[in-house]
Amino acid sequence: MDYAERLQNVSVLGAAGKMGSGILLLTAIEMADLSLKPENKGKHYVLNAMDVSGEALPGLMRYLKAQVLKAAEKKIVFLREAYAQRKDLITNEQIINQYIEDVLFMVRPTTLLEATYQSHIIFEAIKEDPELKAKIFRQINENSTVTPWFCTNTSSIPIGELDKKAGLDGRLLGVHFYNPPAVQKLVEIIKADHTQPDLVEFANTFAKNLRKIVVPSADFAGFIGNGHFMRDALHGIHEAEALSEKYPFTQAVCMIDKITRDFLIRPMGIFQLIDYVGIDVCSYIMSVMNPYLKDEDLHSSLLHKMIDLGVKGGQNADGSQKDGFLKYEKGRPVAIFDVNKKEYEPVSSLQHACDVELGDAPSSWKPWKALVGDRDKDAFLKGYFAEMKSMDNLGSKLAVKYARRSKEIGLKLVEDKVAFSNEDVNTVLLTGFFHAYGPINEYV
Amino acid sequence: MIAGYNTISMGTGRKEFHPKKPRPDLEDYIKEAGQAVLKMIGGAEKVDETVFGNFIASRFNQQGHIAGFAPYIDEGLRYKPSVRVEGACGSGALALTTAMRSILAETAEVALVVGVEVQNSVKAVYGADILAAAGWAKERKTGHAYFFPGKFSDRAKAYAEKFGPEKPRDAMARWYENAIENARLCPTAQEYHNTTKDLIACGIQKPNPKGFVDSLNFFDCSKVSDGASAIAVVSEEGLKRCGIDKKDAVEILGFGQAEEDITKPPAEPTRLSTTKVAVQKAFESAGITKEQVGTVECHDCFTIAGIMATEAIGFAEYGKGADFVLEGHTSRKGSVPFNTTGGLIGWGHPTGATGVHQAVTLWEQLTGKAAGAQIDIQPEKPYGLSINMGGDDISVISIVYKKAE
Ligand SMILES: NC(=O)c1ccc[n+]([C@@H]2O[C@H](COP(=O)([O-])OP(=O)(O)OC[C@H]3O[C@@H](n4cnc5c(N)ncnc54)[C@H](O)[C@@H]3O)[C@@H](O)[C@H]2O)c1
Repeated sequence: MDYAERLQNVSVLGAAGKMGSGILLLTAIEMADLSLKPENKGKHYVLNAMDVSGEALPGLMRYLKAQVLKAAEKKIVFLREAYAQRKDLITNEQIINQYIEDVLFMVRPTTLLEATYQSHIIFEAIKEDPELKAKIFRQINENSTVTPWFCTNTSSIPIGELDKKAGLDGRLLGVHFYNPPAVQKLVEIIKADHTQPDLVEFANTFAKNLRKIVVPSADFAGFIGNGHFMRDALHGIHEAEALSEKYPFTQAVCMIDKITRDFLIRPMGIFQLIDYVGIDVCSYIMSVMNPYLKDEDLHSSLLHKMIDLGVKGGQNADGSQKDGFLKYEKGRPVAIFDVNKKEYEPVSSLQHACDVELGDAPSSWKPWKALVGDRDKDAFLKGYFAEMKSMDNLGSKLAVKYARRSKEIGLKLVEDKVAFSNEDVNTVLLTGFFHAYGPINEYV
Repeated sequence: MIAGYNTISMGTGRKEFHPKKPRPDLEDYIKEAGQAVLKMIGGAEKVDETVFGNFIASRFNQQGHIAGFAPYIDEGLRYKPSVRVEGACGSGALALTTAMRSILAETAEVALVVGVEVQNSVKAVYGADILAAAGWAKERKTGHAYFFPGKFSDRAKAYAEKFGPEKPRDAMARWYENAIENARLCPTAQEYHNTTKDLIACGIQKPNPKGFVDSLNFFDCSKVSDGASAIAVVSEEGLKRCGIDKKDAVEILGFGQAEEDITKPPAEPTRLSTTKVAVQKAFESAGITKEQVGTVECHDCFTIAGIMATEAIGFAEYGKGADFVLEGHTSRKGSVPFNTTGGLIGWGHPTGATGVHQAVTLWEQLTGKAAGAQIDIQPEKPYGLSINMGGDDISVISIVYKKAE
């Protein structure tokens, strides 16, 4: 069965979720584009959008329609050629509408798992629960009329174990998209020891057609992305906890968030990133990873405390940020949560004290956006960090320490053979986390 | 001609522009430009008739029947004649020549001419469908998604094949640079706020055939613009009626108009043959030669059209337009400055307004009202020339201007 045949019947599980909806969109477009090729004329394409949440499916279809419209507008040059034989389609608008129809009529929203039993490919993006994932894979595998391949979007669960638990005989592959899948360029591909090579090849072709950047990761809990992020976050949490011995807790959080965002020139501070991913999600991923780690305790009681207080971050259905360590207005942090007082304190009343204690960033500092666009980033960063290392203020000291820890985490991932090279680690951080420079560098 | 006025050319590039925020509409632009002219000439009672140039508001704005906006400009225009003319992107100059014919026929002494277009109402991908109406509808199916960029991309390709790829590409980038540098001197220009340092680096970028067309990049294209331009076309009698001094007027020496068959592809894609005929007619009717032209407003809907225009006018030999541009002749310090407020690429291209905008710019330059964008007009070269083109070298109007004496 070749690539195009495989994609004639596909299911996405958890299609209404954050990740599932994006994967559904990308898959739908890839399938539609295949169906438009002359050699595939007359073939039938089915994409099951399966989710237990029936009430979320209409919203999913609306999302899909809006997104396919955007995609179609962007690729009008391709579409005009693809529909060249259709004499009735003359204007761009007619062609775009036809394309939307062709994509949407392929997609079948459903709450029934039975719908997936004829699919050759199953993309899974249900919640991060090993038992549930295994149970569903097993059920599909036992009832399927074909021999399906499974691609899981798990962020942390080892693939080999999941495969074994579900009895899939090497037909499971980790295909780890980043949030949101339609925008993020990075896909980590995680092959277990027994994963079938054809499946890996399929996934590589698929990701390439989606114009993703693929980084292979070894089958070790957390893979590269979370392997780095969770430890980096934990370092930030520990630093904030240490500072809170001397400063009020909110100020400590404010300081570490500022160091990670401004001093290290990252797109957001570490506490904002934890909120973005979700405090509960972070804590959960740590708990999935932790049993596999030797000489290391990946666990934070602060995160538990926050969750117990019901402060969890994450995103609303419309993509807006929920409050977590930070409180947000129009996506910008405006206040910081005080775990002791259980209330938010405005950033405006903390900022000054925070700035005074940390001191200035190096004089050559520039914002993340400018750095990303800088053609000679390397030279800039050399000078920037050299200056930082020569500075005596608290902010610079903490930032250098942070950067060193981040590098150490990266090197350890390579040493442990989770990542196959330094460059792979850097690519994950550059593309999956939008850092302006990789953690494994010569600057610190 | 007297009392010219341009609104801002609104669209990407302007700081005020935000695709999702409300903006002035068709009637707002008409009113702003129309009232500005009326104010300068002493009110609506001076006007005998109004002529609108508009390409296709019926599709961009669901608005036909533009003539009915004359009394909306000023109640004083109620019950006076008003007409809207259309010749695609040449609608503006068509409105001017329509007004001139009224003056020549002595059916009017003062005609108010307003060109207008509001195009940012739709995304570029749908705008391309609408603008494709300037070509032959039966060709739309086989045409490019971006129909007109596709047409001129074909011309650019043919030109590069015939005359070598490098020079034309460099000259197109240079044309872009000149356009932006001129636009920066004119506060109403769409690229007025442009601060890019290395303009050549933009202009020289490789075309991306997957996302756009084969032989043009985005910088080679005129802008998607909203705006209006207005001016009064008057007889000697009309000038007196408006109480305006001759030194504040330009005289129309002559004009040429030419039409090509819209159903036929260009006989020679490397030439603007219709433009050449229109310009020749304009020169003949004015009794001047190209050597006497001090400045040109040409229809650079794409950079390549600007280069070909230098050949169509006769400044450069066939195939030598790129050299002419690269040698700096068309820059504001050159032997014959082109498009001194940025042209369609730098100032903007609100299609139906463009021909009128060209007239306003020449009126400003020849009467010394161009402020920061002012160039020196040499006494031995006192004439201004405009070329306004509808479609792919289909409807062309060329006009010769001189400061009134
Ligand atoms: N959110 C992220 O940033 C991110 C990034 C990479 C990977 N992931 C991984 O992707 C997966 C999904 O995460 P998410 O953030 O999209 O979660 P989500 O909660 O937004 O979506 C999960 C979806 O699965 C549905 N679902 C739950 N149980 C189901 C079942 N038994 N059958 C069918 N559908 C079911 C839910 O109704 C929901 O629509 C997880 O494994 C997560 O670790 C998440």
